Amino acid sequence: MPEKIDELLKEPLLVINIGLKGFSESLAEQGVDVIQVDWVPPAGGDKELMEILDKLI
Amino acid sequence: MDIKQKIDQANEAAVKRMIEGDPVLVDIAPAGEVIPGMTGKMITHSGPPIDWKHMCGAQRGALIGQTIYEGWASTPEEAGALLEKGVIKLEPNHHHQTVGPMAGTISSSSPVWVVENRTSGNRAFCRQVEGFQQFGDYHDEALKGLRMWRDVWAPTLSKSLKSIGSLDLKPIITKALQMGDELHNRHSASSSLFANEMAMAIAKTELPKDDMFATLGYITHHELIFLGLAMAAGKAIADPARDIEYSTLVTAMCRNGTEFGIRVSGLGDEWFIAPSPSVEGLYLTGYSVKDAGLDMGDSAIAETVGWGGFVLGGAPGILSLVGGTPDEALAYTREMRTITAGTHPTYRMPVFGFEGAPIGIDIRKVVQTGSAPIIDTAIAHKDPGYPKIGAGLVRAPMECFKKALIAFGKKYQ
Amino acid sequence: MPLGFRILKNQYFDSVFLMGVNKHLSDENGVQQTAVLMGSDGNKKLLKDLGLYDPVMDAAQANDLIVSISADSESIASELLARLPEYLKGGVEAIGKTRLSTLENGLTIKPDANLAVISIPGEFAAREAKKALDHGLNVFLFSDNVSLEDELMLKSYAAKQGLLVMGPDCGTSLIGGKGIGFTNAVRRGSIGAIGPSGTGLQEFTSQVHNAGYGVSHAIGTGSHDLSDKIGGLTTISALDALENDPATKVIAIISKPPGENTLIKLMSRIKNCPKPIIGCFFGVQTIPPTGCSMFSRATTIDEAVRLSVVNSGGGDHPEVNDRNILMQKLKSEKQGFSFKQKYLRGIFAGGTFCYQAQQILRGQGFPVFSNAPLDKKMLLDHPTHSRENCMVDMGDDYFTQGKPHPMIDGTERKRRILEEARDAELKVLLLDFILGYNASMDPAGELADAISEAKRIVATRHGYLSIVASICGTEEDPQDLKLQEKILEELGVIVFRSNARASQFCVELLK
Repeated sequence: MPEKIDELLKEPLLVINIGLKGFSESLAEQGVDVIQVDWVPPAGGDKELMEILDKLI
Repeated sequence: MDIKQKIDQANEAAVKRMIEGDPVLVDIAPAGEVIPGMTGKMITHSGPPIDWKHMCGAQRGALIGQTIYEGWASTPEEAGALLEKGVIKLEPNHHHQTVGPMAGTISSSSPVWVVENRTSGNRAFCRQVEGFQQFGDYHDEALKGLRMWRDVWAPTLSKSLKSIGSLDLKPIITKALQMGDELHNRHSASSSLFANEMAMAIAKTELPKDDMFATLGYITHHELIFLGLAMAAGKAIADPARDIEYSTLVTAMCRNGTEFGIRVSGLGDEWFIAPSPSVEGLYLTGYSVKDAGLDMGDSAIAETVGWGGFVLGGAPGILSLVGGTPDEALAYTREMRTITAGTHPTYRMPVFGFEGAPIGIDIRKVVQTGSAPIIDTAIAHKDPGYPKIGAGLVRAPMECFKKALIAFGKKYQ
Repeated sequence: MPLGFRILKNQYFDSVFLMGVNKHLSDENGVQQTAVLMGSDGNKKLLKDLGLYDPVMDAAQANDLIVSISADSESIASELLARLPEYLKGGVEAIGKTRLSTLENGLTIKPDANLAVISIPGEFAAREAKKALDHGLNVFLFSDNVSLEDELMLKSYAAKQGLLVMGPDCGTSLIGGKGIGFTNAVRRGSIGAIGPSGTGLQEFTSQVHNAGYGVSHAIGTGSHDLSDKIGGLTTISALDALENDPATKVIAIISKPPGENTLIKLMSRIKNCPKPIIGCFFGVQTIPPTGCSMFSRATTIDEAVRLSVVNSGGGDHPEVNDRNILMQKLKSEKQGFSFKQKYLRGIFAGGTFCYQAQQILRGQGFPVFSNAPLDKKMLLDHPTHSRENCMVDMGDDYFTQGKPHPMIDGTERKRRILEEARDAELKVLLLDFILGYNASMDPAGELADAISEAKRIVATRHGYLSIVASICGTEEDPQDLKLQEKILEELGVIVFRSNARASQFCVELLK
């Protein structure tokens, strides 16, 4: 059964970049299909709220 | 079904109720006659519950004005004393199916818009919109507007409405949203459309000529008259989405100039409260940020049902007033889409290829993304006795949503 | 008479929007005439004129929408009417793009994504990586400061899902010819590579390219993958994948010292490898025997490249014979030394270069201190104080807290170069310059002033500072490789396209 890893090596990359914009840019420069997610800490970084969120959403 | 599925399902139901809302103006009548629980010496006010001693200057001024208007006192000092002693019952509008702009004060002789949600059968009420008393001005000049409304304009409109039966508000709202209104600060289109309909009704009705002209003059020159109707419509649309188990959708957002409160469908009547934020905006000549009061009014019911700040993208005309740029306006609407449960099939924005306005604020998404609902609103003076001093943009306090989320986590453990 | 129509009650639509809907409907195959209009009296008359009217429409109000279609057949009309909600949905990528702030947002736009590249603060990174794995995405995790427990959790989970986790603390991967993170522009070919170190993979792949060959995939595993705690989970998944990959003919593993147990585990796994496999493990004296003829050991990256090329069916290119030129340079450099000058100091941006240089020097009798020593006994008391022969990894955590990595910004290295120059016993400086995506656009230029100033300082003491450098990169990289070399050569720096050769030259200078 072809693992997802094997597919990753065969198929074109379809990337979601979460964080540093430079990584999106260098991928796009190489013609990779990439979208940029400008990530912010969920719940403003509040750990208690993050735990609650993880259960609810 | 796990809890996430239950929540999604509940939210779907809640959004559906909001979307199906069909607001219709059925009457304009004195509050004492139509608002449930409006009895005796009572004034309802905007925002979550608050007592006299904690109220801000503008709201106190408005209450003083309302007290004099109602005839319970003849001077501001007398009025102040009554309110101080607690002789007059003070309750939030929201506890009585009602909303009011800025200080939002309503007493039994105040005529209110009566809007019925044809789909669910519930009613909601809103007081008139004017530029003085609701901002805390209690001088005689300011109260004149309240008296004219009570004695001439409202009764005339009420009689005229009966000639046509009722007035569907959904077509007006739908058209207005595509004509550059956002139904919180800008109502030029909706007010015009409303005036067109009522003018015909007035013309059909047996009325003393003076009253007819006075009222026609009133409705055709009041650029914000539809705010009252939009607010009542918003309340009528939002209320049926209340009390749905597991729903994380916001059913009310309101402020009293001191505190900001929200209610959540799956959390019943509980208010989640935080200090009211200050508004970033533009000021009328002679005023500045140091004169400004904190965010105030029930008008955030507009954003609760997806209007106002949520459709700023379609109302570039309001931008100079609130000090933003067209790109910012579009960005706000896009941002609001990331915290809402759905989009409205009828209320659409041309600038987004006619995609629907975002509707149904989800407290989970607000906390997760860190994006609080954006509200565009008027600014009152921090002291009583002044009319409106500006307008601008404000974010609902994240604290309200965090508190609500924690409560939700506890309740649905 | 229309062959099909629908009345949608109480659904006001803007007339401009409806014109667009009308056009889409009328463009469909087999459609003769369409009308999409609000039910006003005027529009009803229009429908009559167009022959699209039906008496049922009499009851329609001004706020109702009438959609009327005449087509070649009833089924065409009814099929279109059934899809009406789609047409009426609207929504176009009108102006600009929505700002996405979560993985879930990203997935609504790219539901078929196969890789999440994550570079957010370490305390949140594991959570996001797990979410990505839950959604069936492979993960490239650049973030560091992720706990070993979380790393183990992520990699074990990924293994079950058949997914790859490259990281944490993984800066480099080349998948299908596309570079993720800090990578060089390298042509595709049949040589595969795996490694926990970004600069190791960068040097390996650049040299493969510069030798005229190409890379199938270079898979970064994250710096802790071969520790005993993690047990090489990603390395082994990568090995499986490259063994299954028809494009890969030979596999090279480039690594700093693995954990003892992991090395044993790895070597026994390598035993089963059907393809030639080359292992370059810096700082490891002996390797457990594999009994596997497919396995070769390389002591330097350069050797790993040569062995890989040979084993992929390429010719055996002996090292460039520039011996004479190098002898001349050596002689010339040695001329100016004063008797006080003794020591070599390496100031590195690439951690692997720091290891490789240490290995080469100690292997030829020159013990070396370091802030990232191969031999624990040789740890510097403090990373800012060099001692005797010394290799400093400026990319180490100590130097990068709240500061950009030396691959991106030369400020800290400039400072260190000048500090070293004030030490009277300094004889040779060894530097590395790394090109490629996401690296500084002018690494040589950034250090140029410090280099000439350092030489000047030593000259005023009547000595001579020899500066040796390696450049990691290819001529396809965004920076101009040849220009970078020229800048350094004009400053009197001896430049190599290999850290191993540069280190070897330093050995000769010290002798």
